[in-house]
Amino acid sequence: MTTITPARAAAPVAAVTGRRRRRRHARERISFVLTAVIAVLFSAPIIYLIIGSLKPSAQVLDGLSALNPDNLSLQNYGGVVRQFSSTATGYFADFYLTSVIISAVVVGGGLIVNCLAGYALARLRWRGRRLVLLIVIALVILPFQAIAVPLFYLLDSARDTVYVQFLPFIASAFSIFLFYSFFAGLPKEFEEAAAIDGAGPWRTLLRVVLPNAKPVFASVAILSFLSSWSSFLWPVMMVDQPGVSPLPLQIAVFQGQTPVNWGEVFAFGVLMVAPVVVVFVIFQRWFVRSVASTAIKG
Amino acid sequence: MSKPDAASRASRPSGRENITGAAMMAPAGTGLLLFVAVPFVLAIWLSLHFVNFNSIVPSRWDGLQQYRELFTSPMFYRSLINNLVFAAVVVPLQTALAIALALLVNRKMRGIAVLRALFFLPVVFPMALVAVIWKLIYSPDQLGLLNSVLNTVTFGHVGPHDWLGDPATALAAIIVMSIWQGVGLQMIIVLAGLQGISADLYEAAAIDSASTWQRFRHVTLPGLRNSLVFVVMVTTILSFQLFDQIYILTQGGPGDATSTIMYQAVTSAFTEGDVGQGAALTVVFFAVVLTLTLVQRRLLREERTVA
Repeated sequence: MTTITPARAAAPVAAVTGRRRRRRHARERISFVLTAVIAVLFSAPIIYLIIGSLKPSAQVLDGLSALNPDNLSLQNYGGVVRQFSSTATGYFADFYLTSVIISAVVVGGGLIVNCLAGYALARLRWRGRRLVLLIVIALVILPFQAIAVPLFYLLDSARDTVYVQFLPFIASAFSIFLFYSFFAGLPKEFEEAAAIDGAGPWRTLLRVVLPNAKPVFASVAILSFLSSWSSFLWPVMMVDQPGVSPLPLQIAVFQGQTPVNWGEVFAFGVLMVAPVVVVFVIFQRWFVRSVASTAIKG
Repeated sequence: MSKPDAASRASRPSGRENITGAAMMAPAGTGLLLFVAVPFVLAIWLSLHFVNFNSIVPSRWDGLQQYRELFTSPMFYRSLINNLVFAAVVVPLQTALAIALALLVNRKMRGIAVLRALFFLPVVFPMALVAVIWKLIYSPDQLGLLNSVLNTVTFGHVGPHDWLGDPATALAAIIVMSIWQGVGLQMIIVLAGLQGISADLYEAAAIDSASTWQRFRHVTLPGLRNSLVFVVMVTTILSFQLFDQIYILTQGGPGDATSTIMYQAVTSAFTEGDVGQGAALTVVFFAVVLTLTLVQRRLLREERTVA
């Protein structure tokens, strides 16, 4: 730390405070204007998405007047459902179902298997533990993209299925690592007490450890949900049939069709992101805390 | 499972705990083995072979031919450079913006929670959707939102520009929308770091009548060290994975102005069926990411021990 010498100590106190107050006032005003400008710029794409989804298609791509909230209707939403209502185009409900199944299995299955692995690595003594831990940590920095091509080659026979879209993502080195570091940081007393009472590792995990592990479950669930709900690269490589197409892939297909109906594309987008936003607004505190705590652990 | 002769001396695992430990590790361990470890080894194996789905030529050993082809291809260098440029711009810019936003929302003020939520909101938007919205914002003619805004605020002095269609601006356009989507995540991490800085330090600075800049430079930044190290490392790795936006907005174009290594890998393997070439690209991709991670870790750790 460098020491900071008071530069204006000699000036009369009243003058300084007066000048300071004025300066602070000006600064506050600037910061308010700046904040407002940033907020407007930041929310513009979201507002555009919402208003566009409620407008006749021809008025979505229409310069600044696309943001005018006039001629609003829910027509585009009905249009999306009608647009996707045959086997050839796929059913809108099916895109949703596919995305929901993928995320549910990746999050639910992932919580179970990765929690078990994290606990075994953090608390149990078994042969090979150190080696496995080392491998898991090494795999954390291996991005999915680095193995996408061989996986595509390996699983070619499972193309156009729902299960091929979730199977590779249930076990996750990153999630195991989060569970591992959380469990390793828990105080051991309760578990030791449980062991004295004759509880085995399974019972200890279930009755003593899990009730105290809500934060890490929230982190892992939120992070794995966000990545599986937005997953794009893998479906691009593995899915051709609209019947098993998840939402992000389908919106890419939809916006590439000609003639494109932008109002309906935006309505599709709102429907795709709305449940996530609702969940986010309800669990905002968890979201923020889990992301932040993950960072501090890492 | 148990070989008593090789049992470790430090910890004497009981037979029962051995079995339980292995059983708990088994489901995730199998998954990692099948879907991460095996494919990774296979990537290296495939990259040394000629494997093409669209070719009648059977798979065969090809030595380093795939890599030779890569390292003599201008397209490959262009993709690599695009990746590096993207990372070199996004990492510092996004980190700086994340600090600014975090400082902005780290205040006690009415409505600040709304602002915080707003900045974080794009993080929950799938990139595919973000790309679709911004495709319209960047629309080339006067109908595009950005062109229309620029034209209005300059009273007609700035004419429409084809942001994604001009090689000079395509990558920059992708960068701006990527930062919009991603900065909220970094902001939250920095915010958590800010709230961990002791108020005493700021009081001490106030007593020394430190200026705002001095306070930021000598109290805030050092206090954010660990958060920033994390933010920089994560942003670097994420920025190398750039794919979704490219696939939807530019398909690597115009020309090869926005091609990336991952985009090229997918085009080779998936579109052209050239799995060997695609695998070689992902091996190079991993080598680059690994090198960057290790270099960064070393640099940042060394600095930490010095400080």
